[in-house]
Amino acid sequence: MPLETLEQILARAGAAVPGAQLSLVKNDSPCAQHSLAVDVEHAYAVAQFLRDDPQLRLDYCSNVTGVDYLDAELSEKVKVKKLVDGVEKEVEEVKKTQRAGYLEAVYHLYSMALKHGPVILRQRTPGRADPVRVTSLTPLWRSAEFQEREVFDLYGVLFDGHPDLRRILMWDGFKDYPMRKDYVEPDDYEYEPTPHDEVLARAKAHQAAQEVGA
Amino acid sequence: MDAPANRTVQSVGQGREGELLEVAMGPQHPSTHGVFRMDVVLDGETVVKLKPVFGYLHRNHEKIAENTSYLGSMPYTDRLDYFCSLSNNWAYALSVEKLAGLQVPERAEYIRLITAELTRVLNHTCLAGFLLQDMGALGTPLMYAFREREKILDLIESLTGARMMCNYMRFGGCRCDLPPGWLDEAKKVVAEYPKFLDEFDALLSGNEILMARTQGVGKLSAELAISAGITGPMLRASGVDYDLRKVDNYGIYSRYPFRVPLGDHGDVYDRYMIRMLEMRESLKILEPALNDIPDGPVVDPKAKLRGFRPKPGEAYGRIESPKGELGFHLISDGSPNPYRYRVRPPSLINLTILEDMCLGQTIADAVITLGSVDIVLGEVDR
Repeated sequence: MPLETLEQILARAGAAVPGAQLSLVKNDSPCAQHSLAVDVEHAYAVAQFLRDDPQLRLDYCSNVTGVDYLDAELSEKVKVKKLVDGVEKEVEEVKKTQRAGYLEAVYHLYSMALKHGPVILRQRTPGRADPVRVTSLTPLWRSAEFQEREVFDLYGVLFDGHPDLRRILMWDGFKDYPMRKDYVEPDDYEYEPTPHDEVLARAKAHQAAQEVGA
Repeated sequence: MDAPANRTVQSVGQGREGELLEVAMGPQHPSTHGVFRMDVVLDGETVVKLKPVFGYLHRNHEKIAENTSYLGSMPYTDRLDYFCSLSNNWAYALSVEKLAGLQVPERAEYIRLITAELTRVLNHTCLAGFLLQDMGALGTPLMYAFREREKILDLIESLTGARMMCNYMRFGGCRCDLPPGWLDEAKKVVAEYPKFLDEFDALLSGNEILMARTQGVGKLSAELAISAGITGPMLRASGVDYDLRKVDNYGIYSRYPFRVPLGDHGDVYDRYMIRMLEMRESLKILEPALNDIPDGPVVDPKAKLRGFRPKPGEAYGRIESPKGELGFHLISDGSPNPYRYRVRPPSLINLTILEDMCLGQTIADAVITLGSVDIVLGEVDR
């Protein structure tokens, strides 16, 4: 477990990296693993602080993953005072707010030296429209390299500063990002453009020319 | 006529010194333990560059899990690392229990510990066999290892009904209780196991050929191992003391004393030896645990199988699987399906530094270095 609370880490990180927009993301589940959201511009500096700070020493980045949130209508119940038949009453109303969708890169950080953790770091993008960019943390932790590639491959998040951002699980010619929530499956799963198509087309043209010649 | 002195003998390959050879090793190469490809650039026999290529077994496990119920993914976790399906089950059950705040009854905790340690023993036994197969000790060591593995698989089969695809754990416990007589059978297997380890050690661990072949090969420094997120026996072979059974104290591991073996050099030999020693430590846990197991229910009566909907929130749970840290990151939005389901695969992350370990060594050393990483492609590609 971390030596200090996430609020304290947030305050110290905010002081160490001026201008960083840090916020606490609450987690309602019983395990209460709250996380730290950071803006994309200052993510690298904040992550470097988390890694090098002698009290934290989060030298081990265990897990990197992406999360996709679609545009959503959030509804919450609010109690409002209203005049009903001339009498003021408290009535429950559903208040609706629009939330713009966003993508997220989540990092689970632990310390092997001090054996505590996790401190969870989230980078949120402003929107879902391509290109979606966040800052790569691979220069700080090697373990992020292949996992960030996977997030790019499946979610289409571009990591600025990544040394080798290529597809890793899907093939190179693949166009879409299959883990996004609005991904539509193709009609033909088997279709894959290959150089073989060109060869077939050439063979067809060749046969046609020969038939004309005969 | 030309003077003979001006003539030079032309032989095949002359004038090609210093040329690099690019080899695609795999995906159907016997030493790659499945469908995995290494794009290797060779200078003679020396590895100059090595790029791992994955994805041949990719079926987007995470997307499938997000489209099914929480329990629906349990049998599917068996297929991640198909040697250790009971460890995978436990890691997933542990994460869901963290997410939903479920408690596990005492007897189920014991069964989980016993099955997970049996799985660790059988995984390390197989790995030792495969590694020696990669070194060219064809057949015999592997068959010795498989003979012992079969005894543990029989135990697992009589408990879960399947040898490898167990689908045994449930949220808040286990699927069924131990069959009658199982504990005695297990005690017998555990009591006889050290004999096999002694035999294996006597034949191989001090073997001069094995030592010459593996010592100083595929070295990995502790700094790089930590930065690259290497976990499991590979990390400990590099001398870093980090075992989740000790660090996280999940389950009931804190009740049993055991040692964490550490390596000095981080080479292939250390990785082999760490696994041999870890098996002995696992047996030390198993022996008392099989005697201490209490009576009682094996599943939390409050845990719901049907209509299971955890409250919105998220959780990251991890265990020390035989390959390394196996973690599940789950996000719930209150619906019956997980909103986000992510597997942190130890095999994939342990593979990422393959190039660093192989550069400057021969291609034959790359093969045994890969063998010592201990990968299962079902987990790497997911």
